[in-house]
This record gives sequence, C-alpha cells and structure tokens, in this order.
Amino acid sequence: MAAAESYPDELKYHPEHDWARVEGDEAVLGVTWFAQDALGELVHFEAPEVGATVSKDAAYGEVESVKAVSDVISPLSGEVLEVNPRAVDEPEVVNDDPYGDGWLIRIRMSDTSEVDVLLDVAAYKAHIAEQ
Amino acid sequence: MEATLKRTPLYTRHVEAGARMVPFAGWEMPVQYEGVIPEHRAVRTDCGAFDVSHMGQLHVDGPSALDFLQGMLSNDVARLADGDAQYTLLTNERGGIVDDLIVYRLGHGRFLLVVNASNRAPAYEWLKDREIPGTDVRDASDEYGLVAVQGPRSLERLGLEETPAFTHRMGELDGVEVMVSRTGYTGELGVELCCAEDDTPALWDAVLARGAVACGLGARDTLRLEVCYPLHGNDITQETDAISAGLGWACNLDKDFTGVEELRRVRDEGPEQRLVPFVMEEKAVPRQGMPVAGGGEVTSGTHSPMLDRGIGMAYVPAERAAPESELTIDVRGKPRQARIVKKPIYRKET
Repeated sequence: MAAAESYPDELKYHPEHDWARVEGDEAVLGVTWFAQDALGELVHFEAPEVGATVSKDAAYGEVESVKAVSDVISPLSGEVLEVNPRAVDEPEVVNDDPYGDGWLIRIRMSDTSEVDVLLDVAAYKAHIAEQ
Repeated sequence: MEATLKRTPLYTRHVEAGARMVPFAGWEMPVQYEGVIPEHRAVRTDCGAFDVSHMGQLHVDGPSALDFLQGMLSNDVARLADGDAQYTLLTNERGGIVDDLIVYRLGHGRFLLVVNASNRAPAYEWLKDREIPGTDVRDASDEYGLVAVQGPRSLERLGLEETPAFTHRMGELDGVEVMVSRTGYTGELGVELCCAEDDTPALWDAVLARGAVACGLGARDTLRLEVCYPLHGNDITQETDAISAGLGWACNLDKDFTGVEELRRVRDEGPEQRLVPFVMEEKAVPRQGMPVAGGGEVTSGTHSPMLDRGIGMAYVPAERAAPESELTIDVRGKPRQARIVKKPIYRKET
C-alpha cells in the first residue's frame, strides 16, 4: 500500500526530490514521496557500491518503475557506507515508506557545509507546489 | 504549445476515478488507476476493464469487399463465416506491416477492421487509396466506444456464456447494446465490448459495477508483453516483416496479397533476424531501443509483475535466436544477462 503524501520536518531536501537525514558527519539518503509517486511502483534500485564516492547534485543510482527509470541525485557529497538491502531486494518498500524502511544509502559526508544549502521542508514544499 | 489530445467518451470517468492521464497516440488516456501491478494482477486472477475506445474501427463493405481484403490482408479472410474474427496484418509492398488488426465478418460483404489507435489514419488511408470498384472503406471510429473486459472471471462477472475465441455476436449488457467479441490483448479469457459512442459511459459503469477492476495502458502493456503479443510501432513496423516477427501463422502465403512475394522469399531463404522473447537473469529492466551485444535491439521491455523480473522482446541474428540462448543487453552502458525463452514468457500454472 502506497504511503500518504508527507514531508517530514526534520529532513533536508534537494530540488531533484531527494532527502537527507543528517546524523553528525553521516547522512541517510532517499527519495521523497513526490518522487516515488511520480514514478509509480518501484521495481528496481540500481545501487552504488559501498565505498563509492557520491557527489552533491550528481546521480549515484537509478530507481525504476514498471514504466520509467530515473536517476537518484545525491543531495550531499561523501563516501557510501551502506546500501539498504531491502530497497535492493524489495524496491516497493520505497513506495510504502519513503522516509523510513525505504531509505536508499548511508554516507559519510566529505563537506558538512553542503547541508546548509539544502532546502528545509517549507522551501521544498514551495518547490513542489510549482511543479 | 501542446497539440490538442483527443479524449474518449470515458475521459471524465477516468479523471473522476483519479487515474493518471498521459498522452498516447494522440489521445489522453489513463496509464494507471491504483497502480500497474495491482491492475495487472487483477486481470491475471480475476477481471479487469480497459477503455480502448481510442482504437480505430473501419468498415469495409460491398460486393467486392472480400476480394479486396484478400488482396490487402495477410491472413485468409475467406475462412471467416459470419460471426468469426481473425488476427491479420495489413502489409506493404516490402512485406512490412502497416498495422496488425482484427477483422470481423459481420455479414456477406460486410467487414469490420479494428486497428491500432496510432494507425487509424495510416490504415484508413492505405485502404482507401487502394479501394476497388464494389468496395467502400469508411472510418467509423468516432461512432463507437470499446471496452475490453479480461481475466479468468470476466465472462462469469459479465454473465456471458463461454463462446469460442475469435467469434463475435450482438448482445446486451445491463441495457446497453453491445457487440461481444471473444478477443483481447492480455492472454486471458475475455471479451471486447463495442457499443455506440454515447453508450460507452453506461457500459463502463455496468462493467465496473459487476466487479471488474479499472485498468490503464500500463497494465495493458505488461499483460501483452508477458504473453508475447507484438505492439505495432515497437515490435512490428512498416520496416519489419511477418516472418522475422514470428507472425507467419497469420499469413497465408498461398494467396496473393500486398508484399507476398517478399514474404515468400524471406520464408524460403530464412530471415536474417528473428523477434525473440527473453527474460532477464540479472536485476535490470530492459527497455525499447537497448542494444543487444553481437547485433540486435530490444523492441519492448518491462518488468513482469507475475515473474517479478525484467522481460522483453528483441530482434537478434537468426543464428542466435534459439530458445535458451544467452543474450547480453546494454542497459544504459551496463551489460546485463538475459536468456531467450519460448513464447509465451508467462504461462499460467495449470
């Protein structure tokens, strides 16, 4: 069952519909409710390797639905510490719970100042209202 | 500025139901309601309904209509009795496929051709330009609505007796006069119901009230690909021939029709490439246009809801087209393994 539309207050957002949950010098990344709704039921997450480098504003993987494929854009730069195995094995978890069990990767940030330029929830909601 | 998209008589129904509308072949059509996967499963396990009113209906009538169609269509129209239907191809001089369609014999010298939405104008113009004395070709697409009701429980839910596949008859469903055809594009038991344009919303409401799940074009595509029904514009085109596409069964090469000499040549010499179904052995979803290593190209690809893996069809060199052969597909620069299978890709366990 798809989740209801929501955008948690405590997350930081990237305009390409990605979120980051910042925890010290680490961050957990995923896609927003808006992104999973636009794609439809996800059937594949092409994940990066653990240890790979991700760069702010660049693609680190792909999420794919029955009908379409989309790059996943990293909101922050750093090194991949962990890939969510559930998102790989059961990508529909991203539709069911995009901010919880449907997280995609965890990184160690290389530049924590990048967090400051991400959108807060109010700015992200204003951004999607224009889409 | 966007070109104006046409709307079927069910447009308002789709929007009110919350369907996601997309442009398709010049029409604004529902791609999904609740989701492609649940809609797909409804058709495989119970019953789903599709608005296919965007498809074209061409009447071909007259004392010479049978002779005319014998010369235009690949299959043997003379085998049809009143009430029969037949899958056939409208071919060009090169043996290419102008459209794939179903021809219905309505009566003596009276035929109905149901053509793809994307080919309504090309098919009509092709036939009209070649009309012979004693035959009239008329595009009646705007006069009809068409609803496909498909799935193992479809006939039961509609209160219809099980009649042979590829037959049709007039009937009534909850007060709406319909032509009931035992045809479809899903590989399941089912019917296509053709009614007067103005009756289409009442027919749709009746079908849903009987428990059919509203389905969009997304599920229509995954369903047809699981059973290897070709899609014109993807798997078959004006540039591909029936023999290479594995549609020789829909051609009678003993009669004369447009392009038959070329089709006989391909049959006798053997095609250079063949359209083959395949399943992915790695996690990846193949898509139209992806190259196949060693030559060839994916013409249709998707995620199979029943197999929970990527599936597709591709043209590959004939010498590498045997079932169980390995294929390597270039998925956005990454090589991904697939295996050629026999048709259909998905077969119901019995």
